[in-house]
Amino acid sequence: MTEHSLTASHVVEYDYTRSLGPVLSHFVTGLRDRVVRGTRTKSGRVIVPPLEFDPDTYEDLGADALVDVGEAGVVTSWAWVHEPRPSHPLDQPFAWVLVQLDGADTPLLHALDAGGEDAVSTGMRVQVRWAQDRVGGIRDIACFEPEGAS
Amino acid sequence: MRDVAVVAFAQAPNVRRDSDRNEVEILMPVLHEVREKVGLERDDIDFVVHGSTDFQAGMPFSFVGALDAYGAWPPINESHVEMDGAWALYEAWVKLQTGEIDTALAFAYGKGSPGDLVDVLRLQLDPYLVFPLGIDPIGMAAIQCRAYLEGVGRTEADMASVAVRDRRNGMTNPCAQVTGEFTVEGLLAEPMFVSPLRRHDCPPISDGACAVILAAGDRARDLVEHPAWVVGIDHRIEAPGLGMRDLTVSESTRIAAEKANASGTFDVAELHAPFTHQSLILEDTLGIDAAVTQVNPSGGALAANPFMVAGLTRIGEAAQRVLDGAAGRALAHATSGPCLQQNLVCVLEAREG
Repeated sequence: MTEHSLTASHVVEYDYTRSLGPVLSHFVTGLRDRVVRGTRTKSGRVIVPPLEFDPDTYEDLGADALVDVGEAGVVTSWAWVHEPRPSHPLDQPFAWVLVQLDGADTPLLHALDAGGEDAVSTGMRVQVRWAQDRVGGIRDIACFEPEGAS
Repeated sequence: MRDVAVVAFAQAPNVRRDSDRNEVEILMPVLHEVREKVGLERDDIDFVVHGSTDFQAGMPFSFVGALDAYGAWPPINESHVEMDGAWALYEAWVKLQTGEIDTALAFAYGKGSPGDLVDVLRLQLDPYLVFPLGIDPIGMAAIQCRAYLEGVGRTEADMASVAVRDRRNGMTNPCAQVTGEFTVEGLLAEPMFVSPLRRHDCPPISDGACAVILAAGDRARDLVEHPAWVVGIDHRIEAPGLGMRDLTVSESTRIAAEKANASGTFDVAELHAPFTHQSLILEDTLGIDAAVTQVNPSGGALAANPFMVAGLTRIGEAAQRVLDGAAGRALAHATSGPCLQQNLVCVLEAREG
């Protein structure tokens, strides 16, 4: 009797499409067009990425509250990845960063391609490196890079 | 409020890989032990609730199968939370407050070994703006760590001292997984993992389970000599986006502690801090004075961190000190989500508050 196992492929799928809603839709469409947007709250704070609600008052903040912010900003905290995992956006060692873009009051989470850990510090200025092919998603920002790098 | 107490606690040995036993086989001896400690039969418990996540087994409704460890026939009054077992205990406490029941069992199980826990944990992140980045909870904790160190002026040596403390404490806990005598200097000589975190700053991946029995009023007094009365319990959650939070403090812990009346001094505090810097943040937030309060006598989450279990274990370990008559007042804390997103605080006392 030969020994073998019966096998069958099983693909787990989430077979639905979803709208990103009235605010995030504008945010990712903006990224496709190389513009970063945030929402201005009632008190004047600019939140990036934008929210549908005011985090201070919980009031509805629609697309009218969207404002453009800069594509460069300041690192407010960071972590250095010595050995990237398969899920990570860069193959070589890189930094996870919180970047407060010019005109924003809250930082955005993303990756920073800085070459080496010594090149990264809190307070350093960085800029968006846009992806070649942009489809309307957070990965339209390929990563950040030190300001003036390209 | 109705007087409710923890009357029994049991746990499985925490190990990196319990390859010989499935979840039910890990749970069954724990559920038997916790009942035997107070002499309760299966039908003596009015309500059963457990915490676990199907994402860990990778199978929808796998939690239903875990009920086989308790026995669901004849039918029982039962519930489940897709959360750490500490929140299952919270549900049991609320149900006891309604007066409908007098006894409840809260349990939790987590088997991290079959899959890649880091990738499983990624699935709890914002699916649109964070998950596509590929970031994992260790990277997020490292960002929080640097914000805390630079914002508050603590050091990597302070973090290493937490690992030294918890691993040393774990030596007296037969169920702990990562234990031993280490020095701050020795740990700081180790290479960085995800800077500024070294391996010792991160929790182990564990297989484990635990269970707690709650009882109300005279039922609790009849069952044990020193019930661990739950005199305060509360939980709060913060925004998921790291950019929306002050990472140098734990605001949700502060509010939960205030609502649970967790002020004054404690003999023991069991803090669910999977990362060393998170223990420092929690100790700061809760105002714990290490001179009067023994922190994590069990070794805490750095000595064993079964996902969905370790928070309930903190309540069980804190309560056990009161049940043993060793502590008059104990503080327990549980957390969930990346970077201490959600926090539960529980105050246990030897006498009714």
